[in-house]
Amino acid sequence: MAQEMLYWQALNRAMDLEMEEDDSVFTLGEDVGLYGGSYRVTDGLYAKYGEWRVRDTPISEGGFTGLGVGAALVGMRPVVEIMTINFAMLALDSIVNGAAKLSFMSGGQFPMALVVRVPGGVAHQLAAQHAQRLEQMFMNVPGLRIAVPSTPQDAYWQLRQAIASDEPIILLEHELLYFTKGMVDIVADPPPMHRAVVRRAGKDLTILSYSRMALLAQEAAVELAKEGIEAEVIDLRSLSPIDWETCIASINKTHRVLVVEEDCRFAGTGAEMVATLAERCFFSLDAPPQRVAGLDIPTPYNGTLEAATIPRVPDIVEASRTLCKPTKKAAE
Amino acid sequence: MERETLHRLLHDMLLARVFEERAAEEYSKRNIAGFLHLYPGEEAVAAGVINAASPSDYIVSTYREHAHALVRGVPAGKVMAELFGRAGGMSGGMGGSMHMFDRERRFMGGYAIVGESCPIAVGIAYTIALRNLPETVICFFGDGAVNQGAFHEALNMAGLWHLPILFVCENNHYAIGTEVHRHSAVPELYKRVAAYSIPAEKIDGMDVLKVYDATRHALARIRRGGGPQFIECETYRYRGHSMADPDSHRPVIELKAYQAHDPVSAAIRNLEFRYPSPEELAAAGPDNITHLVQHMVDAGHAHATEVEAIKADVQKTVEEAVQFALDSPPPTMDAAWQALHCNRHQEVLI
Repeated sequence: MAQEMLYWQALNRAMDLEMEEDDSVFTLGEDVGLYGGSYRVTDGLYAKYGEWRVRDTPISEGGFTGLGVGAALVGMRPVVEIMTINFAMLALDSIVNGAAKLSFMSGGQFPMALVVRVPGGVAHQLAAQHAQRLEQMFMNVPGLRIAVPSTPQDAYWQLRQAIASDEPIILLEHELLYFTKGMVDIVADPPPMHRAVVRRAGKDLTILSYSRMALLAQEAAVELAKEGIEAEVIDLRSLSPIDWETCIASINKTHRVLVVEEDCRFAGTGAEMVATLAERCFFSLDAPPQRVAGLDIPTPYNGTLEAATIPRVPDIVEASRTLCKPTKKAAE
Repeated sequence: MERETLHRLLHDMLLARVFEERAAEEYSKRNIAGFLHLYPGEEAVAAGVINAASPSDYIVSTYREHAHALVRGVPAGKVMAELFGRAGGMSGGMGGSMHMFDRERRFMGGYAIVGESCPIAVGIAYTIALRNLPETVICFFGDGAVNQGAFHEALNMAGLWHLPILFVCENNHYAIGTEVHRHSAVPELYKRVAAYSIPAEKIDGMDVLKVYDATRHALARIRRGGGPQFIECETYRYRGHSMADPDSHRPVIELKAYQAHDPVSAAIRNLEFRYPSPEELAAAGPDNITHLVQHMVDAGHAHATEVEAIKADVQKTVEEAVQFALDSPPPTMDAAWQALHCNRHQEVLI
């Protein structure tokens, strides 16, 4: 039965149910306990499960993420909350050298049921050190899985799936999504965690996106429809692995593809998407694949400038229009 | 101390010494590649600490961990086969010298990023505390690790939450080529631990009996609820940092100062950066192993013939280990993919 929830409430519900069902689940991070979490995701859990399972940590991202790695080696299911992805820079060793590699380097002897929850993205004028995306950095690390929920329902499903998985998973939450609303069905069977979904069907072009940008892509599709352009919008939901089959099936139908990402354009998610899709769909494409992405610049503090550094709905509309033009000419 | 324990300590130290000498030889023959960090000189630490632990305790080691694995009871063949990069190795040929794991024996790995193992060990200790279990974790690291942030973050969390963990600093005086007084503002490393409310002591890491006793007492304190403990074992490696290190950085004057304590290290200096033969080592004076032998013979715990028998036994073990490694097939690319996806189970991804 579905009920309306905020994104953070969906995550909170997922945490609570997993902790209730499995006593090897515990969470740790800065202010996750008494304070209830910077975005309230662990609200109420400290009172319910106590300090050993909801652990307030010192400001030691590398240290407490490493703690999670060690606990996962001996069969626990730690959920490490890093306050923002910007601070995950301090935990890169634990994530990249630890979580992603230890099971492999041991020849497959150890589980690594670690979840690292990190809010990221450009929010409200937090400036360059607090407005990064960085998903492309983790995508380049074999051994990590990355989930990017854009809706409360996916936040609920994917956090539960991530906790239940024995593989290390980074759950990228967008700071501007925590207070978005959506229906959440807590009993329905979820799709596989890595499965991309078609949010809106269309025939003229495929827009591939994820996290907050997937919502903007849907808004853009509404605008485009007014002009007679039917965009198919796919929410990737997972950046590692990527559900190529769903993308390719759509491109084979629309013959055009636009990737929309909030992260910087250079060597970003879109670069990987476009390269792989060019390899796999070249003969199906009627136009070169295009990207709408963040500018390659540290995010300025000033609100107007900040907004100008990341894609907005009109940018997506404009890029889609341009992408669709050549065919119209060819048809004439 | 029981006779049986003494014999075990001697056996383990000899095994570690002979194994490592053979590893160096096999490296020269190119049967072993990559970085190879050897342990001769430091045997008293591994043997003393790990023999004082219970099999249910967890061991977290460093990249200089072959001896730790051997003392823990990992068959020498599996250790050697890992060095050879073979399927029969401890980590199936995926880890190599610096990344050896044995889940069954709670040997939780060699770690090649200095200091990164400390938070991981703390995570195991946290689990033990959360589950209210009687085990402890033993976390080895070198003197170089005490300058890493990860080390201090780990100590802080261990002290803060009173975790069941024994930190063992193998202070061989060198962070590769930088001597301790040139890398630590406080060269008495155990003193740096005072900030974290963790009891810490320095012991003679060349004397296996002292290491064994100190570890036993520290583990007993942990099991009584005393929280984390810290032991700094002052030791010395007879070789360079790794096989890639010509060992030209350790000044003669520093060696002279060390001479009174450890005649063997002094002898090594005079050999112009070449590793000495067993005969040359013996001629230099009593090292950590000969000290123990002397003690055992003097106290009537062993006859010279028994010592010879142990030596012959470890020679045979190492010989067989090399043969096992040579006979073990190389791992396949399939095995590498399986190792990567070992935790994916039945889940099919795209």
